[in-house]
This record gives sequence, C-alpha cells and structure tokens, in this order.
Amino acid sequence: MARMNTAHAVDFHPTGLDSVETVEVCADLLIIGGGNAGCFVAVEAAKKQPGIRTVIVEKADIRRSGACSAGMDAINTYIPKGRTPEDLVRWSRAQVGGGPLREDLALSNARELNECVEDLERWGLPIVRDEEGNASYRGKWDISIHGEQLKPIMAEKALESGADVYNRVVATGLLVQEGRCVGAMGFGVRDGRFYVFRARATVVSTGGAGTLYKSYTADSTDSGAQIWMCPYCVGSGYAMGFRQGAELTSLEQRWVATRSKDFCGPIDTISVGYKSAIINAKGERVMERYKEWGGDAAPRFIRANAPMEEWLAGRGPCYCDTTGLSPEKAHDMLVDYLNERPSFVLFLASRGQDVTREPIEIYGSDPYIVGGHTGSGFWVDMERMTTLPGLFAAGETAGGNPNKFVGGCAAEGKLAARGALAWMNGLELPALDAAQVEAEKARVYAPLLRCGQEGVRPVEMKERLQRLMDEYAGGISQYYRTNEERLDYALRHIKMLQSQFVFLTADSLHELMEAHETMDRVDVAEAVVHHLKARKETRWAGWQTRVDYPERDDEHFDCFVESRRDPQSGVVTTFTRPYEQLIPGDRQHA
Amino acid sequence: MPPIVDPHKCNGCQGRAETFCEEICPGDLMALDTSTGKAFVRSARDCWDCMSCIKACPRNALETKMPYQLGYFKASLRPIMGKSSITWKCRDINGKETTYRFENRKPAR
Repeated sequence: MARMNTAHAVDFHPTGLDSVETVEVCADLLIIGGGNAGCFVAVEAAKKQPGIRTVIVEKADIRRSGACSAGMDAINTYIPKGRTPEDLVRWSRAQVGGGPLREDLALSNARELNECVEDLERWGLPIVRDEEGNASYRGKWDISIHGEQLKPIMAEKALESGADVYNRVVATGLLVQEGRCVGAMGFGVRDGRFYVFRARATVVSTGGAGTLYKSYTADSTDSGAQIWMCPYCVGSGYAMGFRQGAELTSLEQRWVATRSKDFCGPIDTISVGYKSAIINAKGERVMERYKEWGGDAAPRFIRANAPMEEWLAGRGPCYCDTTGLSPEKAHDMLVDYLNERPSFVLFLASRGQDVTREPIEIYGSDPYIVGGHTGSGFWVDMERMTTLPGLFAAGETAGGNPNKFVGGCAAEGKLAARGALAWMNGLELPALDAAQVEAEKARVYAPLLRCGQEGVRPVEMKERLQRLMDEYAGGISQYYRTNEERLDYALRHIKMLQSQFVFLTADSLHELMEAHETMDRVDVAEAVVHHLKARKETRWAGWQTRVDYPERDDEHFDCFVESRRDPQSGVVTTFTRPYEQLIPGDRQHA
Repeated sequence: MPPIVDPHKCNGCQGRAETFCEEICPGDLMALDTSTGKAFVRSARDCWDCMSCIKACPRNALETKMPYQLGYFKASLRPIMGKSSITWKCRDINGKETTYRFENRKPAR
C-alpha cells in the first residue's frame, strides 16, 4: 500500500514561482481521479500486469471522494438471468429516446458489467438477496445494495493493488508532447507543491460536472452546494482534455432528473422501486399523459420533464405519492436513502414529515454533465482512448455511452486499463518539456501570487457563471428552455469570464483550488453552450429544449454533435458524427 | 449544509497530522484552527452533507445541521459506526425518534 502522507494545510504565500517546490513523479500509468472508475482502472492494471507502476492523483481522499462519497443504495444495471448484454443496450437506447448512442461501447461495457458487480460483492459490498440467493431487483435492471461503504471498499482495493495514491493533489493540466498525452500537472492543496506526473498512458476519470448551473436552493446561505451531483466534481477532466484539443461528444444531452423538492434527493428510488406514482396538485397521475412513452415506466428524460410541464401548466406542485406505502415499506425506503443520501432523512425529519401520510414533493434538478448517466464526454474508441493519443477516459468522462452508473463505470475502468496497457507497450517517455511545465506552473500559481491585490474571488466568478448558465443556457429557472439568442448571449459572457481569469485571486491553497475549479467550469460551460447551439432541434425535452426548434428533426440530427477547441487559437468548432445502429429492434422501445 | 462542531467534544485529534474530518472531507472543507485546537468548517455553503466527516469523527463531535431555509428547527440524525453495520438515530421536529440499523459490510471473500 502506498498512500502518500497528507497533513494540515500549510499557510502558503510564495513570493514567486522560484519559491514553489516542483516534484516530479514517473509512472507507467497515471489515473486522474480515484473514484468509481479510477479505482477499477488501478485494480485491473495490476491484475493484468503485476508490478506496473500506477499513480492515482486525487484532489480529495480516495476513501470518500466524488459522487460515491455518501454511499449508494442500488446498482442500477445488473443483467438478470435470462437477459443478455444486447437486451441491456436496447434498454439503454430506449432510455435516451432511441439514441444516438454508441452501441459498440455500450455492448462492450454490458459484457463486463456483471463481473464487476460480483467483484464488489466479493470485496465486501452487501447486496440484498432473497432466500434463494438471487439479487433483489427493484426494477428491470437495478438491484438493491447496502452501499454506505461502497467507496471505502473500492478505495481499499485500489490501495491493495499497489498504486501510489497522491491524495489532496489537484490536477490542472495535461502534459502533451509529440502530439500525445504523457502525463499531467497539478498542485498539492495541503502542501503547496507543484506536481509533474509523467506517465506512458493517462486515464482521466474525474467524474462529471455539477455546479455549472445555479441550483434553485443556492440562494439560501448554507445551501450553496445542495445539489444532487457531487459538487466537487466540476468537470476538470473534460476541461483539461478540451483545452488540449480532445474531442467532446453529446454535451447537449444534459442530465436532468426528477428530485425531491428543496433538497434535490434522488427520487427514482421511490417512483421505480416503491411503485409510487407521480401525481400533480389535482391528484392526477401525471405519467398518464405520456402513455406512448410507457407511462410510469417512461424514459428518465420524460419523467424528469413531466413534473415541470405540470408546474408550467398551473398544475403544480407535484408529488411522488408515497401514501400507499406500508410502514415497513416506508422504513425500507428510508434505509435506501440512508445508504445513498442520508441527509434526506434529516430533511424529512426537519419537515416533521411521515411519508405514509404526506407524499414527497418533487421538482426538477439543475442540469449536470455526467457521461455515466447521459452520453456527455470524450469521444473514445473501443479501447477508451480519446482523440488525444495516450489519453483514455472512463466513467463519467467517457461519452456516447449513457446509463453506465456504478457497475458500468467500473466496467469501463477495466476496459480503459486494458486499452492503456496495450497502448503503452513498447512506448518510451520523451524528455520532459521544461517550458511547458514552467508555463503551467505560472498559470497554476497566478491567483495565489495576486493575493492581496484587487481582483475577482473564485466564488464570485463561479456564481456569475452559474446564473448565466441558468438563465441563458437552459437552467431550471427557465424550465430548461433556451434559444439561439440566449446561447449567443451566454457565449459572449463566457468569453468575458475567460478574459478575466487573469484577475482571479486566492488567499489560500483551498481558494487556489476553487480558482482552478472555476476556470474549469467556465471552459466546460463554453463547450456545453456550443453543443446546445449546434443541435437545432428538440430531441430530449428537459435534457435539451430549444424553444426555437421545438420538434425532433431526424433528417438532420439523428447523429452525434461533437466539439473541439483548437489548443493554439482557442477557437471552438462543432460538427456531427453518424449514429450506427448495431443491435436490431425498435429504437424507442425495449 | 455544514456540520457543526461541538467545541466541548472536539479535541482536534491531538497528535494526528490531520484531523479525521479534514482527512476525509471530499470538499477539503474541514480544517484545524490552530488558535483553538478545534476543527472548523472552512466554507459552510460548499458542504454537500455527505456526512463522511460525521462518520469519521471518533468523538461524535460533529453533527450535520439542516439549514433553516430548507427545514425547520430542530431535527437530528446521527450515525453510529460498527464494524460491519451502521446505526442511525433520527429525531424529528416533533420529537419522534426512529432508529435504523443495518449491515454495511460483509467479510471480503
């Protein structure tokens, strides 16, 4: 085990770049982000190639980092007996309204999936099973777990694999030489050191991007981060690749979900697992209006948008009707919450609410860019390599392949590990490009070196961006709607924010992390807006709603929307790639 | 949605290079105030209320607080960590208490 020691944050006020120590670390394989996917990359790499030198760079502590830090109550995809990986891909395709999705990627993930879930169980994750030992299915594909310890369990295995784990190191930029990725750079948020990680292959598994959009509870003093997605996953992986010219796909397919009102707690647990219907203020069953999409079993984007349409039509508030639950079932449901989002139970207690008497109010979430849920992320090949050679993606960062969730992100971690091992075979590291390292070091520490000067605090820029995205790029205050003019407005202001990065100030290492997170958010937001502009149709209302193009346009847009930023000029171009149906059948029904 | 620190219970994890809460917080929000020797929350509004710090604190010195803007005074939820189970004690604003106990780990095979 090689967990690098961390300590209290030092009081760090360098007078210049020369007073910042640079640490160089060499490895075979670099993993940026030790979450769900990243831990599986490390375990698989060590299994396939014992003795491999693997480094995990993690801005938190891998035992409780990222989206799984609070725990998990279900594995959303585990193929039951009698069903096939092809069946799972058909379901995934229908969940995104028939696609487009990368069926090649989805199928390869599905074939790895069950073994990953069984790995987790062998490692100590309690999976709820009946008397015959069969997993307890809540819906067609999702099984109940007691996943309070999910993240610590995955982290222990990553540590046992022999990987060197650098906790509390914030990755800020990729090292690119000879047209390929040869590592990454960043800084220690506790020790202030500048880190240069050189590696023959790099996997980026930093999670998705929450916090690009304003949450409707963000105006409350102590609720700035009260969102569904982990607010510490801000899209840094997307941003690092985007800045170096790696191609992004499907960022316009934003994840929006029905969540409990005022708390953004997961609600599919209730509506799917506990068969509690969505009702409006009049007590009408809302999903009856969406019978052609499957009613209560409609795809998630339909279910996410439906309550918001009720509000707009004057029929809100809406509820998840839990009043039919027996006290035993209600208890089980609260245990599920304690496994995934414990503070939701505190929220209900703070409303004095008994869910068997009073239904749970629901509302939409703020939008997220999460490639483990929708198709947003890097365009990758079958080995999970991005269009930047040597840079691989797994989990939320890899695009085109929605509905991965915990099991699928694990599966993709294994696939990316194998891809990275094959790629690095026989490959040598070039001599370090010192000029590139110095340039990134100057960029990284600039906000700290401006400490005490008049400027912009990271939180101010973050909140400016969040309001801009909310009101102009289809946030929740606008019921997810946008149009060409609003998107152009958003882009103009994003350009202004980018031009003001030079005014960011930081008075501590923590605030320096915030400064880089905010710059990453702005860069990801730029890509998102370009994607929303390029898809001139409405394919997934709620996830992507264009009021100026309200219909689906299969003739022009039954394809992927892609973006790429030129690393030299900074100009973003968008283009399309064709969708290929590999698995026959009705695309919209599974 | 920050944890509140009970100054009578918190001892700053004396002797540790990091307090347990600052070691585990996914948002780097917990730190040690060297003038008081107690843990504190750097930025309350950035807390996700994942409760990792509450679970990690060996002295039960931390408690997640519901912001009043979202929920009323005064409810509480506390985890008690066992070796292979977790027990949650919840008290709602009307004083109703509920205990939840379940397995969270199996022996690795």
